[in-house]
Amino acid sequence: MPERYPAYDVLRKRDTLSWNAVTRAVIDARLAITNSPKFFDLQEWQTLTSVCDRIVPQPKTRAAVPIAALVDRKMADDHREGYRVAVLPRMQEAWRRGLAALDAESVAKHGRRFHFLPSSQQDELLKAMQDAKLGSPEWDGMPPDTFFSQRLAHDIVAAYYSHPTAWSEIGFGGPASPRGYVRMYFNRRDPWEAVEAKPGEEDKARRANEHVG
Amino acid sequence: MLDDALHAPRGKDGRAPDPLRVAGWMPMRRFRDDEEVDFAIVGTGAGGGTLAARLSEAGFSVIGFDAGAWWRPLEEFASDETHQAKLYWTDERICDGDNPLQLGSNNSGKSVGGSTVHFAMVSLRFRPEWFKSRSVLGYGVDWPLDWREMWNYYTEVEQALKMAGPLTYPWGPPRPRYPYRAHEINAAGWTLAQACEALGVEWTETPLATVSAPRGQSHPCIYRGFCVAGCSTNAKQSALITWIPRAVKAGTEIRDLAMIGRIETNDAGRVTGVHYQREGQWRFQRARNVVVAGYAIETPRLLLNSASSRYPDGLANSSGLVGRNLMVQTNQGVYGTMEDEIRWYKGPPSLTITEHWNYADTDKDFFGGYAVMSQGPLPISWAATHVGNRGLWGEALLREMDKYNHQTGFKICGEVLPQERNRVTLADEKDQYGLPIARVTFSLCDNDKALVKHSVAFMSRCLDAVGARDIWAEKDDTCHLNGTARMGDDPRSSVVNADCRSWDIPNLWICDGSVFPTVGGVNPSLTIQAIACRTADRIKAMASRGEL
Repeated sequence: MPERYPAYDVLRKRDTLSWNAVTRAVIDARLAITNSPKFFDLQEWQTLTSVCDRIVPQPKTRAAVPIAALVDRKMADDHREGYRVAVLPRMQEAWRRGLAALDAESVAKHGRRFHFLPSSQQDELLKAMQDAKLGSPEWDGMPPDTFFSQRLAHDIVAAYYSHPTAWSEIGFGGPASPRGYVRMYFNRRDPWEAVEAKPGEEDKARRANEHVG
Repeated sequence: MLDDALHAPRGKDGRAPDPLRVAGWMPMRRFRDDEEVDFAIVGTGAGGGTLAARLSEAGFSVIGFDAGAWWRPLEEFASDETHQAKLYWTDERICDGDNPLQLGSNNSGKSVGGSTVHFAMVSLRFRPEWFKSRSVLGYGVDWPLDWREMWNYYTEVEQALKMAGPLTYPWGPPRPRYPYRAHEINAAGWTLAQACEALGVEWTETPLATVSAPRGQSHPCIYRGFCVAGCSTNAKQSALITWIPRAVKAGTEIRDLAMIGRIETNDAGRVTGVHYQREGQWRFQRARNVVVAGYAIETPRLLLNSASSRYPDGLANSSGLVGRNLMVQTNQGVYGTMEDEIRWYKGPPSLTITEHWNYADTDKDFFGGYAVMSQGPLPISWAATHVGNRGLWGEALLREMDKYNHQTGFKICGEVLPQERNRVTLADEKDQYGLPIARVTFSLCDNDKALVKHSVAFMSRCLDAVGARDIWAEKDDTCHLNGTARMGDDPRSSVVNADCRSWDIPNLWICDGSVFPTVGGVNPSLTIQAIACRTADRIKAMASRGEL
C-alpha cells in the first residue's frame, strides 16, 4: 500500500496550539513506554508480540509501534472497559487463558508454539479462533470467537490506534485543543492538517507535509 | 496530576473545584452527616445535577453524591481517546442476553456531571405522540405526562444550556427559536443533507448543547471533534459546567468520589438517609428524602442492593418492575467511501439530522421511529467498528483504515420496545466497594430488528444517492440506557408516578432515564433534564401544600 500521507507527522504539532499541556503529558508518557512486559511472562509475551504482528502488520520502513507493550500496560494497570460478556472471564484472566490456549492449539497442530510458526500458519490459527473452530481444553469454556473479537483483536487494534504513528498513517489530525479546526467543507484542509498524495503528486504532498505543523 | 481527581475528593472543606477556571475554586456549603437534609441526591448527571440546581434554588437543603471525580476540563482533559477513559464507568458489569450490551464509553459516565461530560450533545425533543404511544400509536405504554407541559420544560432546558439549533425545526409542533445559531456543517453533515435532498426527505442542523457563540466563561466550539472524550474548552454545556455550578451557588453540597452502597429505611417504611463510601470510610448521611439518579443500571442496582427485611425484593419494588424494561436505542451505522475528502474528525460528530422516520407513520413495517444523524468517529472507535462489526484484521483492516479521511456514514438513534425480560439484576461478583455488581440482560425483539432493517435500507439509499462506494452496514450497535424504574399512573404497573415519586415509599424519588416508559427515537438527555425541571416544580408545589 503506497503511503497516502507521505512525511505527515502528527507529532510536529506537539509544540503548537493544537496540543495542550495535558495532551503533551499523556502522549509523552505513551511514547516513552519500553518494549518489554510488566504483566505477561516471557512465553506469553512472545505469543502476544507474534499475534500483534499478524493483527496489525506494520510496514518495515518505519519504527514499529510497540503494540504488545501497550496491551501489556493496559493489563498491568487493569484498565477495564466497564463491561464484559458473561461468557468471558475478567480481562486479565481472559488474556492469560487465551494466549495459553493459542499456544496449546499451535503445539497440538504443528508441534511448535505460536511464536515459532511461519506467518501463514499463524494467520490460519487466528482465523480458526475467529471462526470458533478451536476447541482445546485450555479454553476452559471461554468461546474462542468471543475472545478474539472482544478481547484479542479489540485490545490490539485499540492499542495501535492510540499511537501517533498510526494517526499519521491515516492522516488523522490528532490532538486539536485549543486550536481546533476552521475549514469544515468537502476537500477543505486547514494548514495544520495532512496533505493527501494524489496519484503522481507524491513528492508535492511530501514537501507540503514536511511543513504541516 | 492528570488523574488527581480520581484519588482524592475535591468537594470538601467548604469549597469545590470551579470547572470553568484553571485551578479555580468556588465556595460550597457544608452539611454534617447527622444533619438531616431535605434531599440526598444519588448521581449528578442530567437527572440529578439538574434537580439539585432547581431544588436548591427553591430553598431546599440538598446534597448531591457522585461516585466519580470532579474534573476541571481546561487543565485535565486531553485530546486523547485512551486517556479520557477516566470519564467512563469502568467498574465491572456483566452483560448477557441475545444481544449483550456494550457499556463503559458507549453510554456510562462516572464523574460529577455524569454521562453529559462525554455525551455527543445531541438535544432532541420527543415527538408529542410518544407520550401516549399506546393510545395514539398503538404500541408500548403511555407516559403519565402531557406533551404540552413537557414542551415548556424542553424550552426551559434549551434556554438554560443556550443550545445551538436551526431557525425553524422541520418536524412537530412549533417550538421557540434556539437561543444560539446552528453550528457550521462539516462535510460529513453535508453528505446527509445532500442525501436527504436527493431522496426528498427533510433534514436540518442537529440541535446541540455546545455553544456557537461566547457564553460567560465558555468560548464557542472550536470543532476539535473529541466531544465524546470530553470537551477540553468548555464549549459543551454539560451538567458539570452548567447545572452543577448553579447548584453549588444556590447552596447544594456536592460530594465527589462518594459511592452510595445502600439506602436506609426505618420501621415506618420510610427512607432515612444513605450509606456512602468516601476516602475509604463508610458513612451515613441523614436525609428527609432520597432521590436516586444513577441512570438505568446503577439506579436499579442501588434499589436492589438496599433490600431489607421489610423490603426483601429491594426498595420501591412492590410491582416487581425495578430493573425491568431496560431499554437502549439501536445505533446501527451505514458507511461508505467518498471520492471527496471528508475528514469527519472535525466538528461535533452529528451536525445534521433527519427525523423523517420519527414523524412519518406510513411506509413502515414496525412500531416506533428513528432519527438518522451524520457521524464522525475518532480512530480507535472507527477501528473498533471494523473489528467488532466486520471481523477485519491484518492487511484488510489497514486498507480500510487508510480510507479514514474519505469515509462518511450515518447512524440511527432507534426506538426499542420495552420488554420485561430485558433487565438489570444483581450478580454474585462484588465490586471494589464490596457491593454486588450489575448483570445486564438484553435481547432485541422482532419489532426492534424490523426497525433496524428498515433504517439500514434507508441509510444505504442515502449513501448511494451521494455517490458513496463500498457501502456496508454495522450488524450490532446500541446506545443510551433507559427504563428499569418506569413512571406510570398505576402502582401495579410502574415504579414511580408522574412526579418521579415512588409508589411504595413516599420520601423516595427516582429522577433519571430510568423512569422512561418508552424511549422514542431521539437521544434521551434533553428529556431527562426536562423531567428533572418538572419534578423540581412539582416538589416545590407539594412542599408548599405540606404534601412532602
